[in-house]
Amino acid sequence: MDTKKMLLLGDEAIAQGAIDAGVSGFYAYPGTPSTEIMEYAQHSKEAAEKNIHRRWSANEKTAVEAALGMSYAGKRAIASMKHVGLNVAADPFINSALTGANGGLIIVSADDPSMHSSQDEQDSRFFGKFAMIPILEPCNVQEAYDMAFYGFDLSEKYKIPVMIRITTRLAHSRGGVVPRKKIEQNKMKLPENKRQYVLLPAIARKSYKHLLELQNKFLEESINSPFNKYMEGKDKSLGIIACGLGYNYLMENFQDTGCPYPVLKISQYPPTVPQIAKMVDECNEILVLEEGMPVVEELLRGMLNRTGKMKGRMSGEIPRDGELSPNIVRMGMGMEDLTGNAAPSMLAQRPPSLCKGCPHIDTYKAINEAIKSVYGDGHIFSDIGCYTLGALPPFESINSCVDMGASITMAKGAADAGLFPSCCVIGDSTFTHSGMTGLLDVVIEKTNIVVFIVDNSTTGMTGGQDSHALGRIQDICLGLGVEKEHFHIINPLPKNHNEFVEIIKKEIAYNGPSVIVPTRECVQTYKLHASKDKEKSNE
Amino acid sequence: MKCNIVLAGVGGQGILSIATVIGYAAVDSGLFLKQAEVHGMSQRGGAVLSHLRISDKEIYSDLVPEGRADLIISAEPMESLRYLPFLSKEGWIITNKNPFINIPNYPAIESILAEVEKQPHHISFDGDGIAKNTGNARGVNMVIAGAASVFIDIPFEKMKEGVRFIFNRKGEDIVNKNLMALEEGRKYALEHR
Repeated sequence: MDTKKMLLLGDEAIAQGAIDAGVSGFYAYPGTPSTEIMEYAQHSKEAAEKNIHRRWSANEKTAVEAALGMSYAGKRAIASMKHVGLNVAADPFINSALTGANGGLIIVSADDPSMHSSQDEQDSRFFGKFAMIPILEPCNVQEAYDMAFYGFDLSEKYKIPVMIRITTRLAHSRGGVVPRKKIEQNKMKLPENKRQYVLLPAIARKSYKHLLELQNKFLEESINSPFNKYMEGKDKSLGIIACGLGYNYLMENFQDTGCPYPVLKISQYPPTVPQIAKMVDECNEILVLEEGMPVVEELLRGMLNRTGKMKGRMSGEIPRDGELSPNIVRMGMGMEDLTGNAAPSMLAQRPPSLCKGCPHIDTYKAINEAIKSVYGDGHIFSDIGCYTLGALPPFESINSCVDMGASITMAKGAADAGLFPSCCVIGDSTFTHSGMTGLLDVVIEKTNIVVFIVDNSTTGMTGGQDSHALGRIQDICLGLGVEKEHFHIINPLPKNHNEFVEIIKKEIAYNGPSVIVPTRECVQTYKLHASKDKEKSNE
Repeated sequence: MKCNIVLAGVGGQGILSIATVIGYAAVDSGLFLKQAEVHGMSQRGGAVLSHLRISDKEIYSDLVPEGRADLIISAEPMESLRYLPFLSKEGWIITNKNPFINIPNYPAIESILAEVEKQPHHISFDGDGIAKNTGNARGVNMVIAGAASVFIDIPFEKMKEGVRFIFNRKGEDIVNKNLMALEEGRKYALEHR
C-alpha cells in the first residue's frame, strides 16, 4: 500500500477532502452517522492553522443557513447532518437551489438505512431530487474524499449547491485514502448579481427558470462523471444498475470471476439516461441495487412498469426495507445463500441502556414515583437523545419520540385536548436545537404542562459534543417568559430524590407552565474530562 | 492473503481498540483494509460489532459477507455466538469466557459456554484472569487481540506496533502493560490451538 495513504472513516474522508479542497467553514449539528465530519475538522491541526470555521450550530437549519452565508461571501462551505436533520434544514436547503451558490457549497446528508440510530430510514436522494441539484453518492472512502474537491468545483461551475449523500456503512467504515494536492481557500468575493439571494416572487420566478434550464447540464455532468461508469458484460440476461454502496456488494460477489452481466455504476445523479436506455434495450431484465429507498428503481419502473424488466426492492428480489449486504445482493441475483449456521435461539437480546451512574436514571425514578405511579401511563412525551431509552425497561416512563423538539409541543397539544397531567422530557441540547420555540408557544398560552429539561451538559447520544444550552437554560427559560417560581434546577442525586418528587408534585398542582431542570453532567463526558485532566497532570 | 473478521462485544468493552490494533498492523504491513464500526445509540451498553477486512487485493464490501468470516473475535461469550451466520465453515471463534451481564435475562453461563464448545473451531479463555495476572485488569481486550493474532497472517511485531500506537500518549507503563497482555493472549492461543 502507498505509505502516503491516510486511514479514514467515510465521514473523516469528506472532512479531510473539504479541508484539502480549500473549505473555509464547516457547519453541523451532531447526528449519527454524520457526527464525525465535524469532529474530525475540530480535531484537525491543519484546520486550526488555516483558521477554518468548525463550531457546532444550534441545529441543522442554522447550519445550512450559515454555510449559505459563507458561500454568499465567496468562500467554500460545507454543512453536514444526518438524514432527519435535513428535514429540519429543508427550508434553506430547497431554497438554496434557487439562490444558488457563490463560493462552493456542499450539503452532506448521512442516511441511516436499517435505522441503527435513527427514527426512520428516509433517503436523502429524494430531497436532492426535490431541490433539483446534483447528488454525489460515494461508494468508498477515496470517492468520499475526492467528491469534496469535485463537489466544490461543480458547485462553483454552475453556482449551485451540491449534495453528498452517504449512508451509515460508509460514514463509519475506515479505509485508505490517497490525498491530493491541496487548494488554497477562496478570497472573500460578494456575488456579482446583488439580487441573486433575494427570493422575492418576481426574482424567484427567474431563478426557478434558471434552475430548470440547468437540469440538462446536470445530466451532462452525470454522463461525463468520473464516478459513473458502464461496464460491458457478455451475459445480457441481466443488466445491473448499482448505486452507491450497492456497487460494492455487487462486486464483492464477483471478486474472483468478474461480473458476467453489464453493470452501470451510479455515484452521481441525476441518473445517466443514455446508459440506462442502452442497458434496458440490450438486457432481458434489469436489477436495481440501491442503499435506502428504491429511488432509481421507482423512476425506471414508472407507474405502469411498461418494460416489465425492472427488478429490485419494489418487486421483492431485494427486501423493501433495511440496508443491503453482500448476501442480500447475491440472493437478489438468484445465487446461492452463503449464510453460516444460525445463532442459537437461547441468546438474549441486548438493547442499548443508560450508562451506570447516568443522571437520567435518577430523573426517571423521580418521574415514575411522582407521575406514573399516581396517574398511570401515557402522560410523558419525550424527545431525541439518550433519555429516549427511558421508554425501555426498567423505566418505561415515556410515551413518545418523534423529532427534535416534539416533546414540548406534543405535551402542549395533549394538554389542549384535556390530558392532565401533561409532561415532557427533553435534553439540554435538544432544547436549544428545537425546543425553545415550542416553549414560547406554551408560555404565551399559559398551557398547563410540566417540562423536564434533563441537563447533562452535553449532546450525549452522539458522543458528548458541546451543547449550546450549557449555562444558558435558566436565562433562556426566564427570557421566554417562564415564571421564576415555576422554574427549578435540581441535581438528581439519590439523596435529593424526595425533594425532586415533591417539586414535581407541586408543579403538577400548578395550573400553568412549569420547567424543572435536573442537572448533572453526563457520566461519559465526566470520565473523559477526568482522564484528560489526569493526562495533563502526568505531562 | 485475506482475512475477514467479525469483532463482537458490548459497548464499552474496547472492541474498537482491538480493531485499531489489528487495522494498524495490517496497514503497516502494506495490506488493504476496510473496517466498519458501530457508533451512536448501540454504544450505550448494547451489543456492538465491528467488521474488519484485510486483504492483499482491493476490498469492495465494507461488511464481511455472511458465511465468509475467518474469525469471530469476541470480548464476551454470548456475543461470540450472535454472529455465527457470518462464520465460514472453516472459521474460528476466539472468545473471552467471562460474561458481561447487563441484562436481567442473560442465559445460564454454562449453557452459553456449552454452545461455544460445540463449535468445531474455537478458543475460549478466561481473559479477565489472564489480564489480572499481568497486573492490568483493564487489558482484557489486548489479551483477546493477542489470542486472535495467532490466526491473522500479519507479523506479530506489527501488532505490537499497533498497541504502541494506541496507548503511546498514556505513557510507557500503560504501553508495556498492554504489550504484556497481548503477549499472554498470544501464548494462550498458541498452547491451546
